[in-house]
Amino acid sequence: MTDRLRDKIVPVTAILLGLVAAWYVFAYVMNAPFQRDLDRRAGETPGFSEFVVKTMTQPKPTLPAPHQVAVNFFENTFLRKVTSNRSLVYHAWVTLSSTLLGFAFGTVLGILIAVGIVHFAALDRSLMPWIIASQTVPILALAPMIIVVLAAIGITGLVPKALISTYLSFFPVAVGMVKGLRSPDIIHLDLMRTYNASKAETFWKLRLPASVPYLFASMKVAIAASLVGAIVGELPTGAVAGIGAKLLSGSYYSQTIDMFSALVAGSLVAVLLVTAVGIVGRIVERAMGGQSA
Amino acid sequence: MNAIASDMKPATETLSPVVEARGLGLTFHTNDGPVNALSDVNLAIGKGEFVSFIGPSGCGKTTFLRVIADLEQPTAGTITVNGMTPGEAREKRAYGYVFQAAGLFPWRTIQRNVALPLEIMGYSQAERRERIRRTLELVNLTGFEKKYPWQLSGGMQQRASIARALAFDADLLLMDEPFGALDEIVRDHLNEQLLQLWARTTKTICFVTHSIPEAVYLSTKIVVMSPRPGRVTDVIDSTLPRERPLDIRETPEFLAIAARVRDGLRAGHSYED
Repeated sequence: MTDRLRDKIVPVTAILLGLVAAWYVFAYVMNAPFQRDLDRRAGETPGFSEFVVKTMTQPKPTLPAPHQVAVNFFENTFLRKVTSNRSLVYHAWVTLSSTLLGFAFGTVLGILIAVGIVHFAALDRSLMPWIIASQTVPILALAPMIIVVLAAIGITGLVPKALISTYLSFFPVAVGMVKGLRSPDIIHLDLMRTYNASKAETFWKLRLPASVPYLFASMKVAIAASLVGAIVGELPTGAVAGIGAKLLSGSYYSQTIDMFSALVAGSLVAVLLVTAVGIVGRIVERAMGGQSA
Repeated sequence: MNAIASDMKPATETLSPVVEARGLGLTFHTNDGPVNALSDVNLAIGKGEFVSFIGPSGCGKTTFLRVIADLEQPTAGTITVNGMTPGEAREKRAYGYVFQAAGLFPWRTIQRNVALPLEIMGYSQAERRERIRRTLELVNLTGFEKKYPWQLSGGMQQRASIARALAFDADLLLMDEPFGALDEIVRDHLNEQLLQLWARTTKTICFVTHSIPEAVYLSTKIVVMSPRPGRVTDVIDSTLPRERPLDIRETPEFLAIAARVRDGLRAGHSYED
């Protein structure tokens, strides 16, 4: 425990404290001009410490101070009913559900593409350039089109948003799985050949199990990308709920504190998702005889 | 056969050959031009023989084994395995192959590794269980069924891979320097066990090695090979009895055969740069 304290908690806390301190300094610097303006109009001449406090307590600051965000986040997370439109839990849930659906689609799609690429030389040559090209198209440009086109054919709600997540998340899975499915040693492939094993048997008994570590590594990237996709999918589409919608409405009404606490909520969801994938990965690794068992 | 010793009586009767190569050649086409991995190899391996292939690296001993296993295609001559082409023999699962590395699947326990060929070949659950028990007992790994490969020493892993090759009914066992990566003490032990196993199973074994004592100790027939091009320079039928304690390696008879192997290697310029 003391090792863990020295190796992890102390350094991480030190960096965190440094960041918070820097944040306060920036909050002062960013909010000071507006506060000076306000004071001039009101004909006030506060002392320095009073002025500093004022820059940290503006209702719509340019850069909210950490404690303002913390208070806002706490109120909107724990003091609201989860069904309330103001509850961050509610918005996070909306975003989370489309993230998870999109991630599931993306993982399945990525695996299928990888299986195709590994087994058919024609797909290997024809598909890979398109997959890479697909990721160079800015998702912000694509997202509204996906929503509009799908709405035109009667698909609305969760699925269009999830498809944007899918678009971002299938890529790391496909690339990782191609590598994973090709990872078996020559000796293992030769061994399967000496058994006269079919392609399907080689896939199920050798390629797939060998690719599992690659799958989880790429799923960690994919789930973070899914979350970005879900948030981006909420931005340009007039969504009324979700972390993205919260960010957008915050920017419309200069509710910077709301925006920051929505950001915090989004980051927390990301951390939870990546951690969850990591934990599942470790459980699977252990079930497959990993050395950490 | 290029040279059969007239003064040495074969220890094994040659029945219908399990492996027969005639004028066998294999040329790899590399970026640096063609490489003659095998050239005009003529060889017959009888049922129940223990044949060692010895020679320096690049002499084609592993390539020859891989041709038998249908892992490489010859470019000249003919070869039959159990009277069939290597491809047909592979489809009939005529041989078990033991590689230089144990090559166990790290995500499978030892018993499930041994079960792998049995699953692919469609043995029933009960049959699998019985064969796993029997082959693990044969290689002295009883009690390690539930262990993962990384929990075993290198020698034990290699024994597990031998068990895997023995689990199904192939009467030909191809072994490509299976003990090459192990230290000499473990190697001695495994050599002794391999001989006992061979005596108990009546399998035909083709064994690639670059150790002269190992080849002489194990074999009923020693095939000496030389590089550039890979070819057979001598075929020696061992005069040693089938029952071989480890200290047979100090007998004059053993040393005479070892000397002849060394002569064969020297004749093939194996000791030159």
